Amino acid sequence: MGSRVRVRNDMPPGHIRTPAYLRGKSGVIERTLGPFANPEQLAYRHNGEALALHRVRFTMAEVWGAAAETPTDTIEAEIYAHWLEPADAA
Amino acid sequence: MPHDHHDHLSPSGHPFRADDDHPLSYWQTMEIAVRELLIEKGVITAAEIASQIDVMDSRTPANGAAVVARAWTDPDFRAALQHDASVATAEMGFDIGPMKLIAVENTADLHNIVVCTLCSCYPRNLLGLPPDWYKSRAYRSRTVREPRRVLAEFGVTLPETTQIRVHDSTADMRYIVIPARPDGTDGWSKDDLAHLVTRDSMVGTGLPKSPDAPDALA
Amino acid sequence: MTETIPLADGHRWHDMGGAAAGAVPLADHDFALWEKRVDALMILCSAKGHFTVDGLRRVLEDMPPSSFEELSYYERWIASVSQNLVEAGVLTTFEIGERMSAIRERGPTYGDASDG
Repeated sequence: MGSRVRVRNDMPPGHIRTPAYLRGKSGVIERTLGPFANPEQLAYRHNGEALALHRVRFTMAEVWGAAAETPTDTIEAEIYAHWLEPADAA
Repeated sequence: MPHDHHDHLSPSGHPFRADDDHPLSYWQTMEIAVRELLIEKGVITAAEIASQIDVMDSRTPANGAAVVARAWTDPDFRAALQHDASVATAEMGFDIGPMKLIAVENTADLHNIVVCTLCSCYPRNLLGLPPDWYKSRAYRSRTVREPRRVLAEFGVTLPETTQIRVHDSTADMRYIVIPARPDGTDGWSKDDLAHLVTRDSMVGTGLPKSPDAPDALA
Repeated sequence: MTETIPLADGHRWHDMGGAAAGAVPLADHDFALWEKRVDALMILCSAKGHFTVDGLRRVLEDMPPSSFEELSYYERWIASVSQNLVEAGVLTTFEIGERMSAIRERGPTYGDASDG
């Protein structure tokens, strides 16, 4: 808990549960849930690989920059493990 | 909400949606065809469909209100809800099935609001089917970007010192907001408290009714 | 604020968090019987393992962006339920089309055409 992570900034085709507005953004893991089957595989009728699901907390300042409505308000979203990397990664 | 001038309102006060007395649409025709074929092939039965619709109709925000009122009055339940809301609410008879329920509590310093930007995930077992606005482009697009402006459209204005936390319901979690218990309700019973808990207060787009509201003890 | 969803960059239309949009429409409606039946079909078919909510969403997302405005929620859902059942091998497109033609002969309204 509390680890700083960054959401991968990929733009793959197809069924994805990682919202585009959070890609490339950094936040803190609030709690870890799962494992759950990977919906990106389930959607195509394949068995889903078991993945941890992390609830990640982002600040509005991180997500929207100077345009943030109130910079200290927060957003939490569930991000599957394969979309996250340590926030200090290049 | 604006007053509605339609002559034909349902018991809930909403206009009935076009149904039996309007020309049959392409998509209604498809629903009939798929349903009939599935029944003929033995995939499902007509009784299962009827029973599923009964379950759907029986799920209303009163379920969620009962959970909230209990959380306000029973510290052990409140702790159980925070620990694992799926288990705590299943024990009240509100089974969420394969999903996981997370209860998020409002305080004087924190206001939670729930949205699903990717589709329209909603805690149906506690609140029933989602309202149209929850599924709208405006709510799905704007809530993560300008929650205070969205809240203002629902008539809710919070001080800048109250942090707003938006929950984007992106996976198999469902969220229920546990609003703060209104002042002036000391000694109230669970049933009376439940009357103060509105649907919108459990999504985070509203606040509970005031104990002074004319319909507080409806 | 993002004015439009940049589809040319691979950003998909259903993924609308942060896009500009007008006021939240607060009017609501009760669901019609046929809409509840679509919902029930989805829940029952997924409970029986014919497809998952992920498959439902995939087909909804693969619809053109205009479908969000042009079709209602449960119109999109029955389209997706049908396609998922075809993909699962439970129904064929031919039999759905054949039955739909027969249903249209029954009468001009949902009440006339649906025996349930």
